[in-house]
Amino acid sequence: MLPNMDYSELPRALQHMLERGRSTSVQALPRRSFLKLTGTLGLAVGIFPHLAAAQSTDAGEAPIALKPTEQPSAFVQIAPNGEVMVTINRLEFGQGVQTALPMILAEELDADWNLVRSQLGTNDMAYVDPLFGMHLTGGSNTIKNSFTQYRELGARVRAMLLAAAADRWNVDVSALRTEAGVVLAPDGRKLGYGELSEAAMALPVPQKIALKDPKDFRIIGQPTQRLDAQAKSSGQQSFGIDFKLPGQLTAVVARPPVFGAKIASLDDSAARSVKGVKAVLRVPLDRGAEGVAVVADGYWQASQGRNALKVEWDTSAVEKVDSEKQLAQFREIANRPGPRQFDADMAPLEAAPLSLEAEFVFPYLAHAAMEPLNCTVRLSDDRAEIWMGSQSAGLDAGVAANVLGLKPEQVVVNVQTSGGGFGRRFSSSSDTAMEACQIAKAARAAGLNAPVRTLWSREDDMRGGYYRPTHLHRARIGFDKEGNVLAWDHTIVGQSILTGTVFEKFQVKDGIDAATTEGMRSPYPLPMRLTVHHPVANVPVLWWRSVGSTHTAFVMETLLDDIARATDQDPVAYRMKMFGNEHPRHRDALQLAVDKSGYGSRALAEGRAWGVAVHESFSSVVAYVVEASVVDGQPKLHRVTAGVHCNLAVNPRTVEAQVQGAAIMGLSTCLAGSEITLKDGVVEQGNFSEFTVARITDVPEFDVNIVPSADAPTGMGEPGLPPLAPAFANAISRLTGKPVRQMPFNLA
Amino acid sequence: MITLNINGNQHEVDADPETPILWVLRDTLGMTGTKFGCGAALCGACTIHLDGEAVRSCSTPLSAAEGLNITTIEKATDGSDRVGAAVSAAWVKHDVAQCGYCQSGQIMSATAFLASLPSGSQPTASEIDTAMEGNICRCGTYTRIRAAIADAASNLV
Repeated sequence: MLPNMDYSELPRALQHMLERGRSTSVQALPRRSFLKLTGTLGLAVGIFPHLAAAQSTDAGEAPIALKPTEQPSAFVQIAPNGEVMVTINRLEFGQGVQTALPMILAEELDADWNLVRSQLGTNDMAYVDPLFGMHLTGGSNTIKNSFTQYRELGARVRAMLLAAAADRWNVDVSALRTEAGVVLAPDGRKLGYGELSEAAMALPVPQKIALKDPKDFRIIGQPTQRLDAQAKSSGQQSFGIDFKLPGQLTAVVARPPVFGAKIASLDDSAARSVKGVKAVLRVPLDRGAEGVAVVADGYWQASQGRNALKVEWDTSAVEKVDSEKQLAQFREIANRPGPRQFDADMAPLEAAPLSLEAEFVFPYLAHAAMEPLNCTVRLSDDRAEIWMGSQSAGLDAGVAANVLGLKPEQVVVNVQTSGGGFGRRFSSSSDTAMEACQIAKAARAAGLNAPVRTLWSREDDMRGGYYRPTHLHRARIGFDKEGNVLAWDHTIVGQSILTGTVFEKFQVKDGIDAATTEGMRSPYPLPMRLTVHHPVANVPVLWWRSVGSTHTAFVMETLLDDIARATDQDPVAYRMKMFGNEHPRHRDALQLAVDKSGYGSRALAEGRAWGVAVHESFSSVVAYVVEASVVDGQPKLHRVTAGVHCNLAVNPRTVEAQVQGAAIMGLSTCLAGSEITLKDGVVEQGNFSEFTVARITDVPEFDVNIVPSADAPTGMGEPGLPPLAPAFANAISRLTGKPVRQMPFNLA
Repeated sequence: MITLNINGNQHEVDADPETPILWVLRDTLGMTGTKFGCGAALCGACTIHLDGEAVRSCSTPLSAAEGLNITTIEKATDGSDRVGAAVSAAWVKHDVAQCGYCQSGQIMSATAFLASLPSGSQPTASEIDTAMEGNICRCGTYTRIRAAIADAASNLV
């Protein structure tokens, strides 16, 4: 999501963004919040103190302070029985960081992996991304940005345990060693970490620590079962939607049919008489809209109440987007001059011996996570507690504070395990938290002194906006008979995702949003002119798993295949020729996929064709070699062989799962019906009968292969998605002789 | 008052007979293992067993469950049911879950499917796909779901 940039300004930008709503600032919660947090877990023993100096305002006594993100007490608790609880500074929503981060920490701690547990954190400043300085689960950044952080945390705790053992035995610490949760003395004496944790916590936290040589890793790099596997295989895992407080009520919201519209008239008499309904409240919603919240004992009663509302909406002041008209408008915009990201000389285009022209259309896409959006809020006079699956707990807390008239330090966001998200649980406006807080505030004002869970129906979620934006791409390419590209004139039209967000300052340059163009040209040395238009439309748009690469990879990898086909070259050899001696990770990933698939050495079944694509996104490279056919006029994917380069794979078992899952989400975008469209301002799809996502019958066989590497790891939440659709399309084009230019695929 | 038999226990429920079983389980009885996904029997996240048959609890009213035995994920995987235990164990062994939200429903569909097979028979790949087609997993864990079901079936022979 956020390629190379200087992040040091990000916290300030976040603050600025919140200040636009109201004059408040985001600050660290008081340190005592940890004590409270841990005190409720029954694991109070073994809390490592924050370095006193880090909390001290007395400059006279302060040595070098550790940042909150470096302090073991916020991340590690060791119980007397030796159980190690690791706190995760991210949202766990399927990608497996609640297992991978503990693996990293346990490695340096030398913990007994069987005794390692994990839990999610809050909006405390300890849990910001150590590079970004803000709370963020996104951009496949968790492992990449927190690898060293969690190693150092583990090493610090280990050093404190060693020091405690040295004190206990009155020996020099250098004589001691650790092994799987135990400190060992040369004479054979041993002490478990649980026996030492209380003494260790009284010791100072070391500033500098030595880390292991990666060749000594015994946990990192091992295919490891997820820590939540048992809970998620028995109905025991609690998600945000499952969180329940005593007396809690549930709210559902009648939202306007067009984004940003208001109420013209409301008759709520029938709704109020529905059994279990406690209140009907007019509430301000996201984007200046107005809605009606029905608060009831439970979801069913609330939704029955909502069904009984008689609301007329005033949509006169808002734009009513219509997908067909919008495409015509985008086509017209594409003819205009605009800002350019690349500006190669286009003179060789006219004289090129060979040429092709292409236009691609990509629709809006809904994230459609399986757990509908939800947020539980408990208010008191001077405090708000929030429970939600949040990819951006600090932003959500700041927006909540703005809504509630509280200071940010009076708001706690307890991050809840989520049933997927794919970007939707970090909206630029914190719409989920904002609306839930408006409802909780209105309910309290109406005399309902109870926690309120706002729950979205599937239709609310699917029609609620924040889609992957629709895009039009156009290309004119001149090339020679060897496939050398002489000039590539390219235009993209699509809404900007980052304009108006905390990232605008860094990622929108000279009118071009980097989230729109990421994945264009690179890694190929192409003479490209890239013109970008960002029309504004009344449809909220958002990052969606792999963001710009959802469309740029498709365009680049299918057009390169077209050129290879037009010049009678093998698509793998053509790409390798383009890489030259550069891009070793692309070469290795592609070669591994080729070798493992049998491409070029194995004959395919009748009616099948190979398809190839390779793409880097979020610092990892994934190559696919696929087998596909056309059955009854419909494209069918049979087999996917992946070559993956993510440097050191912390948990190869999760990497495999993420590649399979991302590829299947990519496959979903190819299937008929996988599009969000608007008619007269209204989203036409509301549920899975209208918005296609892949089912088990759509799914190919998989073989995922990881290129061995000892380099510092890069993330894998997103990079498996982008190359799937173009590899599939390339196979289909080889079968039909016609290029695939539209998503979802339409072979008619 | 409607009397429901849930996981072998009788529950007196004061609710409109048209209320979907899902919301009584989740909101009234606090049994949250059964998930809300679509509210329209389209995704399978809310799958329970009614007298052993997989049904979508989001679209099955209480009135349809009177006199029948309701089984939820909590009971199906607690070790007391041989098929459910085998399926749950295979899910763990194959590390099926990613976000895990749909997996209660997947396991309930898989358990009802395997329980319906003639004793000692092994399902084909296409039979597994057909049985599981009604359950959506947005994370895309289908590859491991297939493997786990085949594994559970072989362990039940």
